[in-house]
Amino acid sequence: MRFDKKDILDIQSLSHEEIAMILDTAQGMKEISERPVKKVPTLRGKTIILFFQEPSTRTKLSFELAAKRLSADTVSISKSSSSIVKGETLIDTAKNLEAMKPDVIVMRHSSSGAAFQLSKRVGCSVINAGDGIHAHPSQALLDMMTIREAKGRLDNLTVAIVGDISHSRVARSDIIGLSRMGADVRICAPRTMIPMGIEQLGCSVAPDMESCVADADVVMMLRIQKERQGNILFPSEREYAGLYGLNKARLALAKDDVTVMHPGPMNRGVEISSDIADSGCSMILDQVTNGVALRMALFYLVAGGSRHADTD
Amino acid sequence: MQILIKRARVVDPGNIDGYKDILIRDGKFQSITDPGQAEESDGLQVIDAKGLTAIPGLIDVHVHLREPGHEYKETVASGLRAAARGGFTAVCAMPNTTPVNDNAQVTAFIIDQGKKAGSAKVYPAGAVSLGSSGISLAEIHDMKQAGIRAVTDDGLPVSSSQLMRRALEYCKTMDIPVLVHAEDKDLVNGGAMNEGPRATQLGIKGIPNAAESVMVNRDIALAELTGARVHFCHMSTAESIEAIRQAKQKGIPVSCETAPHYFSLTDNDIPPYDTHYKMNPPLRSETDRLAIIQGLKDGTIDMIATDHAPHHADEKDLEFDRAAFGIIGLETALPVSLKLVEQGHLSLPELVEKMAKAPAALMGYNNDITPGNPADLTLIDPESRFTVDPDTFLSKGRNTPFKGWEVTGEAVMTLVDGNIVYSRQ
Repeated sequence: MRFDKKDILDIQSLSHEEIAMILDTAQGMKEISERPVKKVPTLRGKTIILFFQEPSTRTKLSFELAAKRLSADTVSISKSSSSIVKGETLIDTAKNLEAMKPDVIVMRHSSSGAAFQLSKRVGCSVINAGDGIHAHPSQALLDMMTIREAKGRLDNLTVAIVGDISHSRVARSDIIGLSRMGADVRICAPRTMIPMGIEQLGCSVAPDMESCVADADVVMMLRIQKERQGNILFPSEREYAGLYGLNKARLALAKDDVTVMHPGPMNRGVEISSDIADSGCSMILDQVTNGVALRMALFYLVAGGSRHADTD
Repeated sequence: MQILIKRARVVDPGNIDGYKDILIRDGKFQSITDPGQAEESDGLQVIDAKGLTAIPGLIDVHVHLREPGHEYKETVASGLRAAARGGFTAVCAMPNTTPVNDNAQVTAFIIDQGKKAGSAKVYPAGAVSLGSSGISLAEIHDMKQAGIRAVTDDGLPVSSSQLMRRALEYCKTMDIPVLVHAEDKDLVNGGAMNEGPRATQLGIKGIPNAAESVMVNRDIALAELTGARVHFCHMSTAESIEAIRQAKQKGIPVSCETAPHYFSLTDNDIPPYDTHYKMNPPLRSETDRLAIIQGLKDGTIDMIATDHAPHHADEKDLEFDRAAFGIIGLETALPVSLKLVEQGHLSLPELVEKMAKAPAALMGYNNDITPGNPADLTLIDPESRFTVDPDTFLSKGRNTPFKGWEVTGEAVMTLVDGNIVYSRQ
């Protein structure tokens, strides 16, 4: 099979086979980061622009390391250092970036659809590093990679996702990806954080935390946005933690070999208690490790693999 | 100046439905007679309208002409030429210009620009409140003297129930209708498209149906309290239609309009992040679309208006949540609405009622094709098939979701006060 997607914009546009191919490729990339010399020449001479219009530490670093380990040249621009603060539109910024002949643009943006719109205007590959509340495909793919490593498969697993689904691009992408790969996805949060029609993405909505995690193979906790405090989605972190926080008693309802995940950054003591975050069932740091390999796979597939060798 | 329109099928609901010759003299209808009966005299311009349908001039009660202040989007002249091309002989211009049309000077300016354009007529709507800021009443009587036909704080809905009550009472005294843009901005809360599965999938903040219907219900209650005429603009939801249906059954003086996009498109038709499908209220669900059609059929919805909202390409070629709300409609409304007839939802006379007669009544006059009335007339070629091409529009706007639509039926000639203001080449 050949991977012939120009862009990685969301999970929706990836088939079951394409997801599997990305995960397989990422698995092969993982070993490179274990070497004494963590660099292969695969993307030598390729230019990758990291265009982060929204703050990010982990994702940006992960993409940058992934690019460097494949020997690509990277340049980064952020909102404060870009012409966006001077009033330049996304489309004009895109055209200017394009004019410098990059091979890949990795973009994070606060507006849903921004990566999609960018991809329509540039000839190079676009990888969405998170757009608004729409999609975060590389995160969902690294989550799937981590689950597959832990469980040996993705189908016939029960995955519980708990937290602010409404404002989570990670949740949307995970729901779509995991259900496409055959997992049974359940979500849980107060109704203030469940968007209308979420079931159509491929999940069921559990009435409470207990029924959501019951017999789950994987429990994925989402960051509760402290910055949304004072908002009207939930009254207090105290009440939220009491109802939806992952603690030992609740985790005991899940399968014995349950895997706990979190896309980070965590609020210890709010959505997840420290003893669980640091326990043996937590794969939270494996997610971070896999993130680099997964992003290496994405770069390889859109910029270095067969896509350019025998097309056009 | 005399014009004889021969052998047209005249469709003027409640008045005429048949093949007639229409004689126009000095800007007014002179006679409507059976074919071949009209006297032909020297200097008479004869228009053979065989195969064409003559209807009272279409009137669009909800149009943004953008002048003064936003001439780069549209001017009174360009908007009125677009109207004439679409078969409209008059439009009601919303007051959200810069400055706001909240005083007689701005009203007079718009009317003057309209006269200079020499095209369709413009009926300005004045603001309810000064600056449309929702705090104190504008000088509504003064503006009425200058020529406004209605008042509205379109786009900046009156959130104060107290001000709305007083505005309705005052406008009842002044005998002028209040056009209500029903929207609870607090419920909209930054939403950019219909709240539902499609918005969830695209990650766009949703606007719930209730953002419209709670205000419809509030203003029905205020219409009942005050006895004042309330007209609801661009209705988009099943809940609003049901509320208005019940209000009408109770005899409360309410009326409403919808726009062609609300009975033609749903949120599921929005291509990913295509801002030409972004307007306020947003495209709703299929359930709502069908409720709108039902409302048109059973008479709950009195009329069709476009909410013609031209924007510059730069204001649309943006991230979806940052792009301007609004689409244009003057040059697509008739062909898109004729699909209702094609699909059997409305008869042609019923459509004419909703696009010409009822809007005239709201604007305070009668536009029957009858001797003595101003000769405002639209000739339609019901068989004309074409593809919607925004590059041919006379409007400055190109922001339409109907680009590429295959449609049947269009205005081929528009007469205003007996003058031909548009004629298809």
